[in-house]
Amino acid sequence: MEYRVPNSLASLSGTVHKSIMEYNGGAVVAMVGKNCVAIACDKRLGVQAMTISTEFPKTFQATPKTYIGLPGLATDVQTLSEKFRFKVNMYKLKEEREIEPRTLAHLVSSTLYERRFGPWFVEPVIAGLDKENRPFICSTDLIGCINFAKDFVVSGTTSNQLYGMCESLWEPDLEPEDLFETISQSLMNAVDRDCLSGWGAQVTIITPDQVITRTLKSRQD
Amino acid sequence: MADRYSFSLTTFSPSGKLVQIEYALSAVNSGVTSIGIKATNGIVVATEKKAVSTLIDDSSVEKVAIICSNIGMVYSGMGPDYRVLINKARKAAQAYKRVYMEEPPTAILVKEVASVMQEFTQSGGVRPFGVSLLIAGFDEKGPMLYQVDPSGSYWPWKATAIGKNMVNAKTFLEKRYNEDIELEDAIHTAILTLKEGFEGQMTENTIEIGIITGAVTTKDDGAVVLPEFRKLSPSEVKDYLANIA
Repeated sequence: MEYRVPNSLASLSGTVHKSIMEYNGGAVVAMVGKNCVAIACDKRLGVQAMTISTEFPKTFQATPKTYIGLPGLATDVQTLSEKFRFKVNMYKLKEEREIEPRTLAHLVSSTLYERRFGPWFVEPVIAGLDKENRPFICSTDLIGCINFAKDFVVSGTTSNQLYGMCESLWEPDLEPEDLFETISQSLMNAVDRDCLSGWGAQVTIITPDQVITRTLKSRQD
Repeated sequence: MADRYSFSLTTFSPSGKLVQIEYALSAVNSGVTSIGIKATNGIVVATEKKAVSTLIDDSSVEKVAIICSNIGMVYSGMGPDYRVLINKARKAAQAYKRVYMEEPPTAILVKEVASVMQEFTQSGGVRPFGVSLLIAGFDEKGPMLYQVDPSGSYWPWKATAIGKNMVNAKTFLEKRYNEDIELEDAIHTAILTLKEGFEGQMTENTIEIGIITGAVTTKDDGAVVLPEFRKLSPSEVKDYLANIA
């Protein structure tokens, strides 16, 4: 008779938690173009191996010209997107102006560091245009260390694959339409090499005149 | 009638006043005069450094204080109460910086200081601060001058005076002030206004002047650089005094 004894690594369900950051899966990438920025994410929400939703985008609008991408543990993605919405709204009411992307980056950083010894399991990406319409992107780790990049930033379970794709496809001063193609190809091909990300993608291009969000159909596996 | 309601701060009098605040304002009005003038390109704040005795080392008295790099302030009223507010203002500015990595805009810092002063009009066992503050700051909206009173009310001013000689000083300023005034003229005017009610000799050791001027610039990486508030050195004050003689 077959008898399953739980060992120290496997739970009774027969699955293993390697890392809490890999529990739900997800991918986010942002890139700088000529007077524009782009931010893109996948749409999968899973519980380890099982996909439970294909409508879980991970980018959120902070101001009309700034977006935050939040890959990581889904409950923290939801909570933090609401926390940042609160903080950004309060900032706007008190200061009577929209928050600049650079300032938002520091706000995100200090919010995460407040939980230094019991962190939020997200690694945010910020992309936007400042008040002079200069492009700005950055990412932070889960405890708030900011990475100010001039070209692209990646985050999530697909980060290694995204690094590879972006490093080869990105070039400076891409126009909005070309930036859209570049970031889309980087994301689509990277998530195809990650079992925990994919199931659709959402790409947002931010220019001084308009913000366009497009949904891409990808391999549904 | 006021007597019966003047002992407890947190009790309104029938006329709707908090009498302790009225008394705090009396403390302010018996303090030495301070002036603030907003120019197109900056702000000047000035005050008398009234030495009680000739034996006092007036180089170590600091009335004009820097709160953070782009905001400074001066007061009229009780010195010790002022010192507490300087610290609270400095801490509030650093707390803002801790979250946003930027200097606070003047209006935000003023609101923080004003709400501290208001707390002391509504808590038990405390009394209001016996000072009025003139807070001068330069942020992305430009130069701003605010007055904050013991009650916690604050107003933005183009030019104002607080303290002993405020009525005469404000009349003087109303005549001399115009919206296109530049900082050099404003410093000149501030000194003349102080001189109106000055008791004793006005020298570089008996007045203190703080200024903030310049423009908001942006570094290559997009970070904003704000002008810095600074106190004039005694020799600079001496030069300005020579010009009005």
